[in-house]
Amino acid sequence: MSAAATSTATRAVVAPGVAPDARGRKPGQRRFAPLTVVAFVALALMAIGWLLPFLWALATAFKTETDAASGAGGWVGESGPTTEAFTSILSQGNVWLWAGNSLWTSAAITLITLAISAVAAYAFSRLEFRGKSVLYGAVIASIVIPPQVLIIPLFYEMLAFNLVDTPWGLILPQVVAPAMVFILKKFFDQVPIELEDAARVDGAGRFRVFWSIVLPLSRPILGAVAIFVFITAWNNFLWPFLIINDTTLMTLPVGLQTVISAYGVQYAQVMAQAVLASLPLIIVFLIFQKQIVRGVATTGFGGQ
Amino acid sequence: MTLDTASGRAGLADSAATRTIVTGRRAGHRRRHAGDRGEQRIAWGFLAPFLVAFALFLVWPLLHGLYLSFTDQSLTGAGGSFVGATNYIEALGDPVMWRSLGNTAWFTVLSTVPLVLLALVMALLVQRGLPGQWLWRLSFFMPYLLASTVISQIWVWIFNPQIGAANGILEALGLEPIAWLQNPDTNMLAIVIATVWWTVGFNFLLYLAALQNIPETQYEAASIDGAGEWRKLFSITVPQLGQITVLIVILQVLASLKLFDQAYQMLGGIASETTRSIVQYIYESGFVGYRFGYSAAISYVFFAVIVVIGVIQALVTRRRREHS
Repeated sequence: MSAAATSTATRAVVAPGVAPDARGRKPGQRRFAPLTVVAFVALALMAIGWLLPFLWALATAFKTETDAASGAGGWVGESGPTTEAFTSILSQGNVWLWAGNSLWTSAAITLITLAISAVAAYAFSRLEFRGKSVLYGAVIASIVIPPQVLIIPLFYEMLAFNLVDTPWGLILPQVVAPAMVFILKKFFDQVPIELEDAARVDGAGRFRVFWSIVLPLSRPILGAVAIFVFITAWNNFLWPFLIINDTTLMTLPVGLQTVISAYGVQYAQVMAQAVLASLPLIIVFLIFQKQIVRGVATTGFGGQ
Repeated sequence: MTLDTASGRAGLADSAATRTIVTGRRAGHRRRHAGDRGEQRIAWGFLAPFLVAFALFLVWPLLHGLYLSFTDQSLTGAGGSFVGATNYIEALGDPVMWRSLGNTAWFTVLSTVPLVLLALVMALLVQRGLPGQWLWRLSFFMPYLLASTVISQIWVWIFNPQIGAANGILEALGLEPIAWLQNPDTNMLAIVIATVWWTVGFNFLLYLAALQNIPETQYEAASIDGAGEWRKLFSITVPQLGQITVLIVILQVLASLKLFDQAYQMLGGIASETTRSIVQYIYESGFVGYRFGYSAAISYVFFAVIVVIGVIQALVTRRRREHS
């Protein structure tokens, strides 16, 4: 592949003088090419299709319960938009509590996962020790273990530790992320070793080197890993659903599920809850979307 | 990106690196010997927090679960005596277990195809650089940010037989309305549709990142050689996406096999013969039927299936690599 690529690439460098019109026409051509128009229409249709369910939920959240249940009045409902559903939910009190629980437990899971995975990944990437390849192999192999296979023994373990129905019983089993160790290790492998050697000659210890040279260079990947761990933790349903029974300790997805089971037919409220629960992550994505896409690219998922 | 930051400090680092080379030789031998032991200690120190968590919350449950699967342990603490392979024999003769595995496999097939193809189409369209990038990305990725509770409620409502949008579309097309989630012929399809909408964004991002890694020079060279849009798509883009596609398919199959949250919640926790996944059956026998031992045995049957799929996949990729 590389030989062919090089020859065409060389020609590209030589070419500008030979085919000036090909270059000059390109921008204009791109704008009006029929394929571009088709692509634009296809993209717009798909985007609308993907946004519609959410917009529909949003519209319903602003309806009265009667309009939501009857479907009368289309997008706005017969009585017009109202914030009734939102005020009713927010006054139930527990929603704020659940959001708080979701926020701090997800943040704790993210921080602990990141801290323990990053130092371990650094050891796998840079340090030599006996049994390294076997241990790393075991960590990598464990990526395929479905967490659901572990729920029974994990629950049993939490019973033994007296952690059922406690925040730590919720948090601790979620901090083991072998896939993140793999991603971080791959990234650390690419950090030029000369930078570290230099600092070590200047007398810095391993941890010092890791902390003040490797970590600052790894900000993009740490950010991407943090965002994915946070999204996963925030949206996790099965484990929090099993381990937490106390209403005041529930996370948002589990808490909302109990409300929905209790008042299943109140569509406007249910949709208002859906909107409220997703708002924090949508805001996070809007702020960090460049970093997220770039993060995915640097995780080595990017191919080649 | 690393290189950007790295090169910023390269000047500073260079001189120090040179110093290593100059002074390194003299101190080298002694340092390496002492370093070996020191480095071992440091390495284990670095690994300790992760390994403790790994052992406590992954390795131990994995082994303990295997032990439990040979007992008649119940949730309440009763039982717990060794019963040999009884649970496995029961599981292998349990039609509900096979049905759940079959449902899971069917869901995996139905969901993986659109989740890979649609993600590819979305990424190819977005990659063309049309205006409104943030909007396209947000549209396709946003559902992935929603909790399963949220997507379940949105789709339960869309599939509502009386007021739901899905039947609204069918009626507009002159078709008969369907009781999507209540009808055993359509409820799995409804779950697949909701799942594709929910999770395609992640694969879309992976494809988009892979597309951005294809060097622009290849396209420029092809343009100069007179290649058209389609030619470039099939001669440059598609071949370059081979590896990422294998990865996406593997990740997707693993993810689809874990079906539970949305299927459980969209049906309101009611087990339907046609949608009960293997994970749901693990949950039901353990936490509803209180039979931890039996539940653990089903977990290991499920795990064995995943391992078999993993081995087949590894063999296929190896053969592909040998061929190319």
